[in-house]
Amino acid sequence: MILKELSEAFGPSGHESAVHELILEAIQGHVDSYQVDALGNLIALKTSCQPVASGHQPLKVMVSAHMDEVGVMVTHADKDGLLHFDVVGGLGARVLLAQPVVLGDDRLPGVIGLKPIHLQERSERGKLPKVSDLTIDIGATGQEEAEKAVPKGTYGTFATSFAELGGELRTVKGKAFDDRAGCAVLVELLKADYPFDLWAAFTVQEELGLRGARVAAFRVEPDVAFALEGTVCDDLPKERDESPTTELGEGPAITIRDRSVVCDPRLIKHLVEVAEAEGIPYQIKQPGVGGTDAGAIHLAKEGVPSAVVSVPSRYIHSPASLLSLVDFENTERLMRAALLCLPERWSTL
Amino acid sequence: MEVISFLRHLSEAAGVSGYEESIRELVITQFGQFADEVRTDKLGNVIALKRGEGQGPHPRVMLAGHMDEIGLMVTQLKEGFLHFTTVGGIDPRVLLGQEVIVHGRRALPGIIGSRPPHVLPREEREKPRPMEELFIDLGLPQKEVAQLVRVGDLVTMHRCFIELKNGWVTGKAFDDRAAVATIGFCLAQLARMRHQWDVYGVATVQEEVGLRGAITSTYDIMPQVGIAIDVGFGATPGQPEGKSIKMDKGPAIAFGPNIHPQVHKGLVEAAQALEIPHQIEPIPGRTGTDAWAMQVTREGIPTGLISIPLRYMHTSVETLVIRDIERTGRLLAGFISRLDESFREALYEQPRIGETK
Repeated sequence: MILKELSEAFGPSGHESAVHELILEAIQGHVDSYQVDALGNLIALKTSCQPVASGHQPLKVMVSAHMDEVGVMVTHADKDGLLHFDVVGGLGARVLLAQPVVLGDDRLPGVIGLKPIHLQERSERGKLPKVSDLTIDIGATGQEEAEKAVPKGTYGTFATSFAELGGELRTVKGKAFDDRAGCAVLVELLKADYPFDLWAAFTVQEELGLRGARVAAFRVEPDVAFALEGTVCDDLPKERDESPTTELGEGPAITIRDRSVVCDPRLIKHLVEVAEAEGIPYQIKQPGVGGTDAGAIHLAKEGVPSAVVSVPSRYIHSPASLLSLVDFENTERLMRAALLCLPERWSTL
Repeated sequence: MEVISFLRHLSEAAGVSGYEESIRELVITQFGQFADEVRTDKLGNVIALKRGEGQGPHPRVMLAGHMDEIGLMVTQLKEGFLHFTTVGGIDPRVLLGQEVIVHGRRALPGIIGSRPPHVLPREEREKPRPMEELFIDLGLPQKEVAQLVRVGDLVTMHRCFIELKNGWVTGKAFDDRAAVATIGFCLAQLARMRHQWDVYGVATVQEEVGLRGAITSTYDIMPQVGIAIDVGFGATPGQPEGKSIKMDKGPAIAFGPNIHPQVHKGLVEAAQALEIPHQIEPIPGRTGTDAWAMQVTREGIPTGLISIPLRYMHTSVETLVIRDIERTGRLLAGFISRLDESFREALYEQPRIGETK
């Protein structure tokens, strides 16, 4: 399953090459050409399956998903051979304690340890350590050995493996569903033919501020854009009356607005109408939380009408997130249906 | 016997205090290869006997390592999510984002969910969540969860054994399965050595909830010498040096009120004679190990304690060096092969009631 391979691939922001290779392999034969830009975005073109009348430009639609994930970067080794690190993207100490990680392309294993409970002062217990106080232990016996094995600047990710949990929602767990879920949907979408030029942008550095999508959109200059995401799903029992943002099993989440974008109302209407016509479940993502590649894409050049469709994923930005394959497949169905009839409806929306 | 593969199996199996069944099976198989007999007592301790040379009865030396592990227990089902409490000393801070196995009607993988930073106010992102706010997500619909899980079901950490550099390894429940692997290795060594005393290798139960397996097994075996093997706090920066032992520097031979001086001396002398790297660990009071219970069994047992250096104790990434286990096993085998009548006499050299003039 492409989602499993993508979830387990190593790709913190700035080092997405392994994800890129995997995607390239999966889309071979389904696209007409591809290019890799200066930042590392993988941009593939699938040309329109319909003949274009002379003097007409086919509609140019960009669909993006980001390849990068949150992770860590090693800053230095100390005299005990322990590796100090900083986080890459929105990750905090709260989910780093007692976690195995893998470092570099060779995926050298290490663990983020913590002082045992037996030796903690009472004052330490109620507090979270700072990331700068944490270290990764690779079993090195001194600074020299550690620095040689893991040079400064080596990237790391969680070591989580993908697995199916089952149930009627066919739940799966793994790391980096934000946004390998989006990447996997996009890979699947490329297997169909479309009556317009489809530009699939697998972007870099979303977690550091939508940086890959910005330059990709500048290059592609789309008429319309969709960003695919694995988004916040906070549908847990809570003491206070808080919104779940999205709910697991309720279908693809359509964004009205988040912190980065006000989605194009015509595209939202299109997505909703297609979902209802096709009988595909969908939900509206609670406005406000998060930002996506659409935030950068909709501001490219003179502006691009943009929308965001997401697979709800619990516990993103932690070692293990969780999504429903039913939601995943419905996201794929909705996007395919919405894309196929986009050219004929776009001018009337 | 390959220590690393035995430890891997022990570590990846689940056996919270009081529910050590699957560990017991592994231990019986492994110990059985080198012992004359293996039995299980009423609490579930596994007791392997390897007889001394010649006609008995022989004096008895007992080795104890506990096979139970800390874990969690389901306290409440709430809308398909599970609240839990701890079995044994667990720092709630190391639980968020961890993967677990809930031992319901079948083994169910789950996640201790962490709400994403996107929805959390800043102050909540920077403080640990209290235990009562943590929950396990099985990814299953509420009605299915209700069919599969009951209050009281046990939960273990879901962690694969990982090899690091230099023969270092990491995983869960090395406390104290490392000692069980050590005893297995010691018995294998003894199969190729001569020894006069009867050797009892014991994998004890329920240590983490009050040293309970050691209480009954020591009473039953009535050894002349008892040695507990446990893990000790491996040195890491920021940890008090006086309470730490060094990684990869061999077994730490404990000294203090819990330890009979003659047993301590015998262990140190064996290490020196065999040129096994070792270290001395002063413990001025309660050791919190099976040795603490052994010492006060019946009329009192001359007791020793050996610690295997281990980092990040009571987390799912406990880390140790395989060589330290092998050194500990070799030390114990060497010590046992040197046990003779004079050692036994030396244990009771101190004047006793009735011997005053």
